[in-house]
This record gives sequence, C-alpha cells and structure tokens, in this order.
Amino acid sequence: MKRRLDPKGAFIGFGMFVMLWQILSVVINRPIMPTPVTVLPLFIREMPGDLGLHFLASAGRVLSAIALSVITASPIGLILGQSPKLDRIFAPLIAIIYPIPKIVFLPVIYVLMGITDISKIFLIALIIFFQIVVVVRDEAKNLRPELILSVQSLCAGRRALFRYVYLPASLPAVLTAVRVSVGTAIAVLFIAEQSLTSYGLGYYIVVETYQVLRYPEMFTGILAMGMLGVALYFLVSGLEMRINRHLYLEE
Amino acid sequence: MVEVENLSFEYKGYPPLFEGFTLSIAQGEAWTIIGPSGCGKTTLLYLMAGLKRPGSGSIKIAGIPVLRPRPKTGLVLQDHGLLPWATVRENTLLGLKIREFYGPDGRHAPADVKIDKQDSENRVDYWLNWLGIKELENQFPSQLSRGQRQRTAIARTLVLKPDLLLMDEPFSALDAPIRIELQNAMTAFHQKPEMTSIVVTHDIEEAVFLGQKILALSKMCDKDPHIIENHEAAGSTDRTAQAFQKQCERLQKLLGKLS
Repeated sequence: MKRRLDPKGAFIGFGMFVMLWQILSVVINRPIMPTPVTVLPLFIREMPGDLGLHFLASAGRVLSAIALSVITASPIGLILGQSPKLDRIFAPLIAIIYPIPKIVFLPVIYVLMGITDISKIFLIALIIFFQIVVVVRDEAKNLRPELILSVQSLCAGRRALFRYVYLPASLPAVLTAVRVSVGTAIAVLFIAEQSLTSYGLGYYIVVETYQVLRYPEMFTGILAMGMLGVALYFLVSGLEMRINRHLYLEE
Repeated sequence: MVEVENLSFEYKGYPPLFEGFTLSIAQGEAWTIIGPSGCGKTTLLYLMAGLKRPGSGSIKIAGIPVLRPRPKTGLVLQDHGLLPWATVRENTLLGLKIREFYGPDGRHAPADVKIDKQDSENRVDYWLNWLGIKELENQFPSQLSRGQRQRTAIARTLVLKPDLLLMDEPFSALDAPIRIELQNAMTAFHQKPEMTSIVVTHDIEEAVFLGQKILALSKMCDKDPHIIENHEAAGSTDRTAQAFQKQCERLQKLLGKLS
C-alpha cells in the first residue's frame, strides 16, 4: 500500500498535468479550453480576491460536513459492530440505503431544511455518514472478543475500553471512509452550490463564469475545486499513514 | 487465596459444566488445570478472572467475592490479547496506563498503588529484559513470532505485580524449545512465594511440569474436583526421569477415567 506523495513526486505530477492540459488545449483550440499559460497567472491573481472567498466557502462546507458525519456516524458504527443483535436488525436497512446516490434527495432536503448552508452541509454529510457507518461497523466486528476480554482483565471499564481500544481501533476506519468519500462529497457540493447561494466554487464555475462565457475565469474555479479535492485527499491520507504506522511497516 | 464454593455454571442451551463444585487454592501454590476441550477449563479461569459470573455459588479471592476483574489478578490469554496498533512497549504499558487513567480507586487499580511514570517505565524495562524481548520493544505484534507475542502478553501482566496469575494455554502455540524455555522461566518466577498461579493446559507434560497440584476436569458436568498432588515432579529438571514420567502416566489414567 503505497500512496505516499513526496514533494518531488507532487512537483513532477503537477508538471505532467500542466503539460497534458497544454497539449489538449492546443489540439482542441477552442475558447472553452484555454491554455494553462492564460489560466495559471489569472488563478494566482484571483486567488487572494473573490475566487479565494468562493474557495473558502466550499472548503468550509465540506469540512463541516466531514465533522458532522464523523461525530454522528462513528459511534453508530461502533455500536452496530459490537452488538450483533442491533446489527442484525439494521444491516438490511443500511444495505439498501448505502448505495442510493444521496444527491437525489437534494430537492427534498431543500424543501424540508430550507435553502441555507445547513441543508447543503447536511446533504454532503449524508454521503460520508453511510460510508463511515459501514466501514467502522466492519472494523469493530473484527475486534476479537479475546482482545476485549484481555483488556477488561486489566480492569478497564467502559471508559478505558473506549479510550484504549475502540477509539484507536475505529480511527483508521473513519479516515479510510473519509478519504474514499471525499471525491463524491465534492462532486455533490459542486451540484448543490450551483443554485441558491452566492458563494462557493460550484456557483462561481457555473453561474458567474460559465453562463457568461468567461472561460479562463471558469477554469480558475475548476482548478480551485480540483485543488480542494486533492488537498483533502492527501491530508486524510497523511493522517492515515501517521496513525496506521503498524500497517505501513517497512520490512 | 481462591475459594470456589458450590459453584454451578452452564451456557444457555448446553448441559451444565459445574454443579456444586468446591475447590480451595492456597496462597503461593502453583496449579494446573487440565481436561479435554469443552470441559470448562477456560470457563473456570474466566470465572476466577471475573469475566463471567457463576450461575450460583461463589468464588472468593483473598476473601472477597469476585464480581468484576480484580486489579491484582493477572490474566494471560492464548494469542490475541495484544493491541495490533501498539508496539511491544506500548502494549506492555497498557495495564499501567489504565491504572493511571482511573487512579488508585480500588476498583480498577489497587487502592494502595502509587502511580509513578518513571517507575512504570523501569518495570517495563525490567520485565522486557527478563523475558528476552527488550530489543523488540518498538515492533508491532504483526512483526513478532507467536512466542514473542506470548511473552509480550506475559510481560504486560507481570508489570502489574499480580498476586494471582491466571493463564489460558499460554504456551500451546509455541515450538517445543521455546515452550520449554518459557515454562522454565515460569517455574523460576515461582520462587517468589507470594505468587499464586493457575495455568490451563491440555498438555499432560506441561501440567505435570508446572503444577504442584493438578486439577483434572471431565467432559461431563464436574461436581467433585479431581486433584493430583504433584509437589515432587513439578519443576523437575529432567523430564525423562522416572518420577516425572510416572506422574504423567498417573494423570493420563485419571483423564482416561474422566472422559
């Protein structure tokens, strides 16, 4: 399992990405595909201004959604994983809801929760929520009864068990779930931000630039959204590596 | 030290394992419990450890009924008791960390225990050295052999200075040379008279080597304890000696009768 991206690798990867982009834009040669030579300077100029605000609005929504889902889903996953009885009751329900693309609930959530940031955050949290529940539940199921018993024999009560067993056991699972679902979360954010807000990269890309044919500006938005995804992915990955030392042992 | 009085126990839907079972283990004694699988030997150990409750009757340790795990009882389970995400050293420290977490409340840690970080670290060093796994302290359980994992589990228990040590087939997963080495280590350890130990095993030779007294359990419901006095053969340096072999035969015969 090697996912590490060192600074050199990141630099090379970015260089190749820009080159590919340059080639594509030359080949396509239409206004919808501006070259990085136009977009990159514009991006650097815009980022401290308006574009930066759109970026922050989007990042804020994703991060709040991650926080909300982690806080609610991890305990539920743990309880289901450690209680076969409850798991048997809820497993079919979760199996049905899990694969539903949650974005289809967008209109319902808007009507029920109002057109606020909260409804957007809720929708994204819903996606990550089920990922976390499922992964943490399966991880908690794997905790051997002998492990729990032997820690109990060291006189660990419920609180110490949580602190020394359940928390460290579920943290990697939570991070895996977040890493896996962060892409979907940003995709849904993009859609949710296209209407009924005035800040956010989705709004910037579709309403402020695309619909008025400002293609180079539109690309700065696309770049920002891409960066948000990449940054979150590697942030979570990095945390995973640090916490899961025992899974990334070098022989 | 351990008083089992009129113990009855059964798992739901199965015939009872114990009925009116009474047993007394004095302080400082080394016991082994042997019997076929499913005879309830591990269950008896869990009952003494406070991880299971008797159906009726009682188990008292040092005069106090066991209702939950007792701070001064050490339990070593077969193979899987280590935290996979923690190093050997962190695993060995776990019990001390839990004591620190609760403080000396008499329930999760002995009421008279003083929690001193430096002292804890020293104790971990001492036992890791004693068990020969000091140089592995930064390894994770997945990097260790089963024998090394088992030593880690033993170290984790011994740093807590237990006065009663319960072990469930602690050496069954090990190769013969390491098994004998660890068994020798355990008898050496027993030179300290205040320690009472109870080892569950299915291996006749191990039972004779480690137990000054041997409790044999039957596959049926146990009512009266079958005990073999074994003070001479226990800890014998020569396992091929006649006296040792004789005890093994005696135990074998008894087990044959019980099953």
